[in-house]
Amino acid sequence: MRVDRALILHLAVIALLFAMQYVMSPYHQGNLARIMVLATYATGYNILFGYTGLLSLGHALFFAAGMYGAGMTMRYWDFPAIAAFPTGIIAATALAFLIGALALRTTGVAFMIVTLMFAQAGFLTLLYFNEYTRGDEGFVLPQADRAIGMIDLSADDTRFIAAWMIFSVGLLIALAIVRSKAGRVLIAIRENEERTRMLGFNPFPYKLGAVVVSGAFAGAAGAAYALLFGSVGASFASIQYSIEPLLFVLLGGAGVVLGPLVGSILIFYLIDYAREITTAYLIVVGVALVLLILFARKGVLGSIRRRTDGWLP
Amino acid sequence: MTDQATPKVAETPVDENRRTLLKGAAAVGAFAAGTQMLPGMVPYIQAQSSEPIKVGFQVHKTGIGAAYGRWYDRTTRAAAKLINDEGGINGREVEIVAEDDGTDPKRGAEVIEKFATQHKTDVAFGTLFSHVVIGSSPRAGELKMPYFVVSEGHHVASGGLNRYTLQPGITDVKSQVQSMAPWVADNLGKKVTMIYPDFAFGHDHRDFFSEAITKQGGEVVAKIAIPPTEKSFTKYFPQIPRDTDVLYHVMVGPAVLTFVKELGEFFGGRGPEIFGFLDSLEAVDINTPGLEFLNGSYFWEGNPRYTSDMSSEHDAFYRKAVGVDDTGASITDSKDIATYSHMFGCWETLHIIKAGMEAADYSGPGDQAKLIEAVENIGVMPHSRAHPQGDKLFNGRTHQSFGHQFISKVEGGRLTPVHKTSIFDGYYPDEVDYTTQKL
Repeated sequence: MRVDRALILHLAVIALLFAMQYVMSPYHQGNLARIMVLATYATGYNILFGYTGLLSLGHALFFAAGMYGAGMTMRYWDFPAIAAFPTGIIAATALAFLIGALALRTTGVAFMIVTLMFAQAGFLTLLYFNEYTRGDEGFVLPQADRAIGMIDLSADDTRFIAAWMIFSVGLLIALAIVRSKAGRVLIAIRENEERTRMLGFNPFPYKLGAVVVSGAFAGAAGAAYALLFGSVGASFASIQYSIEPLLFVLLGGAGVVLGPLVGSILIFYLIDYAREITTAYLIVVGVALVLLILFARKGVLGSIRRRTDGWLP
Repeated sequence: MTDQATPKVAETPVDENRRTLLKGAAAVGAFAAGTQMLPGMVPYIQAQSSEPIKVGFQVHKTGIGAAYGRWYDRTTRAAAKLINDEGGINGREVEIVAEDDGTDPKRGAEVIEKFATQHKTDVAFGTLFSHVVIGSSPRAGELKMPYFVVSEGHHVASGGLNRYTLQPGITDVKSQVQSMAPWVADNLGKKVTMIYPDFAFGHDHRDFFSEAITKQGGEVVAKIAIPPTEKSFTKYFPQIPRDTDVLYHVMVGPAVLTFVKELGEFFGGRGPEIFGFLDSLEAVDINTPGLEFLNGSYFWEGNPRYTSDMSSEHDAFYRKAVGVDDTGASITDSKDIATYSHMFGCWETLHIIKAGMEAADYSGPGDQAKLIEAVENIGVMPHSRAHPQGDKLFNGRTHQSFGHQFISKVEGGRLTPVHKTSIFDGYYPDEVDYTTQKL
């Protein structure tokens, strides 16, 4: 019987993340919960960028759609958290389908610009409807509402477990997708779209599927952020939050399932520690990225995969 | 130029609230005055612990709030130095633990976590931008970290936050805007056109001022919302009705200089009276080329940038301690203009933390709930070195202070104060009672 090394590795990482809560200080435990939410966002982005080769600059819109989909239904319609969370995912998924269907009429740089434009339009829409969204200021979800039954999502331990569950499910879904037949088609599109078409595959539904799946991941992360950390605001739809998953994926390893997790951890702590030294912390991040381009173009895990026998999915 | 002692807002609900507040304030008045005079001249001799009191300072060192953050930082450190020179808090030294939040709500929440779980600060303090407060406040409440904001946002008093978030050192935008309406209606005119940025900050001005000017018998004849990405404004000016008496503007951000310049070109020296909020020009020299058109116009100021016959000895002391000259610039660099209308909030808030800790006999993080209760009961804060902007009244139920506002005229390259509002010009009924929430 052939040992599924990749599956074992991913399950081991999931187990390791779970165990970390027992050995980490409260500060790092809180950080890891936040990192796992952001890594979920980046894991979905990796399917689009790392595996399909489509660089979107507009995924903050889907993150915000998940956040507002959960937050506004709780605020205005008294949705319980257990219903608000899937509502956020559905909102982001539907939006990703709509925008993907339009943006995929373009390719390359045009795709980047069109996704950026949609995200900016979404950001400004959130500001414009300030009466409902509270725009740039945002709003707070009351602590009492952020619970599923008796489980208080605002408590440190349950927040960690919730973030871990969301990330774990996301990671295993991503692993299943990239190892499936559809996943191999995505990689084929990334490598050579015309050749893929000649092989009899219509790239459009696969690319649209990648946009939708990555949008759903972004929505899940956005909804989780709202429920776990209690605030909703238009700033999460700004360009900064479209760039972040790109950086996580680039640093951790584009086209490697675990890459976004590694990238999220590295960038989070790089910024956290750099801020203690200098206000010019973005220069530190910039230098790290330049070094990455010079010495490890495929990111941390991408470079490791290249130096090993390449079984890492 | 007079301190308007007679309240102009006389709606019954406000009066009822005012009576309730004053009743409470009277009860705690002696307490508050006492806290101002607690012994502190002998450094650290009565401390139960020699550990410093750690104040987590959430500062906008980078991002859109950096200009404010720079001066909030200087003011905070000057206040901490004064407190330490006078014996610290309960005999313990005050240590400022500053963390940059990047003027970003996500990072703001992370900073609060860092204060609570890594630096183990006693309180968190100092946030200005509303979205950072709103992003951070839930974590402060969950971690039971007293969170003293210096934001002037209405988000605290509106009831959207929690019992651990307080704003005792600066008034909020609703109070500021409301207190301007009587003077504007009496002195500049009753037909007002408002020009404001089309996001939450501008909408707050639009809503609060519209309501307040109506109560003064005036009306807003046009509301012109400027999209946040706008770079040129001339096309909006034809929307200003001809019968406008007063143009009320609250533009903020880098485009404000263009806004003023184009406004001047449009009216060419004629046009309505102009009234604005100095938020637009905090950290900006009023004599900057292009701002000449503002000459003769009026501004709200939280604390007058230029010294005048309205300035107090307490302001002089504070000004010197922070390093600001008589024109509102740094004493070491005349081009470095202070955010004088806001930064006093850091000075006053740190003194309120001191007063609260001394009243609660605060000894460590286990006493954080006692600290919240002590500050909720602080009530009257007399004009003093600790409160150089003026006396204040803290509403313990809404966690919001009420104080004086200033209106200044731009003339001769200076901002000259012409009016000081009464505390009750800005008072409004309670929208929340945080004391009903569990600690």
